[in-house]
Amino acid sequence: MQSTGGIIVKLNPEMHLSEKIFSKPEMIPSRYGYGEGLVELGEKRNDVVVLGADLTASVCANWFQEKFPERFFQLGIAEQNMTNVAAGLSLVGKIPFVSTYGVFSTGRAWDQIRTTICYAKLNVKIGSAHGGISVGPDGATHQALEDIALMRVLPNMTVVVPSDSIESRKATVAVAEKIIGPAMVRFGREKVPVITTEKTPFELGKAQVLVEGKDVSIIACGAEVYYSLLAAKKLEEEGISVEVINLHTIKPIDKKTIIASAKKTGAVVTAEEHQVMAGMGSSVAEVLVQNYPVHMQFVGIQNRFGGSGNPDELMNEFNLTEKAIINAVKKVLDLKKN
Amino acid sequence: MNKITSVNELIDLTKTVRKDIVEMIHIAGSGHPGGSLSSAELFVALYFNELNHNPENPLWSERDRFVLSKGHVCPALYSVMARSGYFPVEELKTLRKLNSRLQGHPDMRKLPGIEVSTGSLGQGLSVAIGMALGLRADKKENRVYCMLGDGELNEGQVWEAVMSAGHYKLNNLIALVDRNNLQIDGVTEDVMQLEPLKDKWISFNWNVIECNGHEMSEVLNAFEKAKKEKVKPSVIIAHTVKGKGVSFMEDKAGWHGKSPNEEEKCKALEELL
Repeated sequence: MQSTGGIIVKLNPEMHLSEKIFSKPEMIPSRYGYGEGLVELGEKRNDVVVLGADLTASVCANWFQEKFPERFFQLGIAEQNMTNVAAGLSLVGKIPFVSTYGVFSTGRAWDQIRTTICYAKLNVKIGSAHGGISVGPDGATHQALEDIALMRVLPNMTVVVPSDSIESRKATVAVAEKIIGPAMVRFGREKVPVITTEKTPFELGKAQVLVEGKDVSIIACGAEVYYSLLAAKKLEEEGISVEVINLHTIKPIDKKTIIASAKKTGAVVTAEEHQVMAGMGSSVAEVLVQNYPVHMQFVGIQNRFGGSGNPDELMNEFNLTEKAIINAVKKVLDLKKN
Repeated sequence: MNKITSVNELIDLTKTVRKDIVEMIHIAGSGHPGGSLSSAELFVALYFNELNHNPENPLWSERDRFVLSKGHVCPALYSVMARSGYFPVEELKTLRKLNSRLQGHPDMRKLPGIEVSTGSLGQGLSVAIGMALGLRADKKENRVYCMLGDGELNEGQVWEAVMSAGHYKLNNLIALVDRNNLQIDGVTEDVMQLEPLKDKWISFNWNVIECNGHEMSEVLNAFEKAKKEKVKPSVIIAHTVKGKGVSFMEDKAGWHGKSPNEEEKCKALEELL
């Protein structure tokens, strides 16, 4: 329970979320969690190797490289080769992490991931760095807005989109230790609020109900989880009871939690820093339409490419902040009423 | 397995393999005879003389690895695998059939002994490099072999791979190029010029060996030279004839991916006696 100016936001105590979410949360890029996760894995086991494509420091894979130089492989600006070199390393018993920007790791090397890695269910982990529009000034070419869609359509692939740096670290470790097979972990460039804590439970494939509510469910992933919590707080002030779910694992999807929440609230808003077409929201829609159809609204990139700007400006411009989520909630509640 | 050192015995095996290829593709009703026939000597040399492998224990830890990057010539691979004991020869007839272990392109999850599933051209050499890097990191002596087609060299990824193997000085890696000069749309040099091919590999810091890919003793000798290289990765550019052994298929791009009918099959088998 957290007091916020007289209004009570009922954070699920089992989730052990940060106490500073609504005051002054710590700001850390989620990519730091990837870097820390790699180092943690490197210390724990000898079979983890990391591959870089000339963006090693940018995705924090240099932390692993500095500690375990003999287990780091630089492949240069050649993502297709790097991805299949990783496949080869997995075939001689290694657990390789391919580390570069998501536009390249999941886009440029898509056929390599599809035909060599996923078809044979090889144990290769794909780091999708610089996910989302918050990449900022580099603009559209470097903002991965399709990576969830590209990866989730592939059989055997696990897709994880952590919400902050702590969860990124846990996810990075988990995809190596809990899954034998391909997995993608997405993380961002910019500082984002730390909303979870060391104590927050993390299990691949298990969505987290962060706030329990009864009028509407907001299902979010990545940086949108924080904005969903902000939206929930403001909506509570208006007397709307909001459930907030962190769907960090998009594939395999936690049908049970999604269906249970839809049954309870009867209306769902999804929020993701990704194209709404074929992304996380579409995954949720696939589950609900076949099991328990309810009205839905999708917050995300609406069939546009990104652009240059400061991350905050872009999040506003592309309707990805709590304001957009609140609007979507109001709309879905109208639909539910009528 | 025990290696066959007699060149004559190996040559006899190439005839068996060529007959298998023709029969399999005839029964399947589709497949790729041209490149399968051109690479028959390379496959026989690999599976009966060169590779350290154990057909009874396909996952034997000390085995050499073979990656067939040009996955479409798997009829030749299936033939040498069956003839060396990985699975019954009778099973060759199931090529490309529903639920067969002998998929149209090699599937490691279906058929033990296939090191990696392939089919999308240009990817195998990179996989072989990953294997070679990993084995070297573990201080293993096993070698990694990878066969590519010449048409496949159009793929940009091949040259990313060639660059990285030279960079990492992978002398535990031996690539083979089946240089049969034809691809689906015609002569390789018309479709996309590859020459000077040898110079390209040399300039990427590879040890380059050329041989007549239909002279068994030359092929065996090329492997010996490759294994003596202490610093660089080696590539054997094997000069071959597409459709080799069947007169009406030889040097015809049209036989890249076409199944012989009953009459053509009989004529081909007669020639291969």
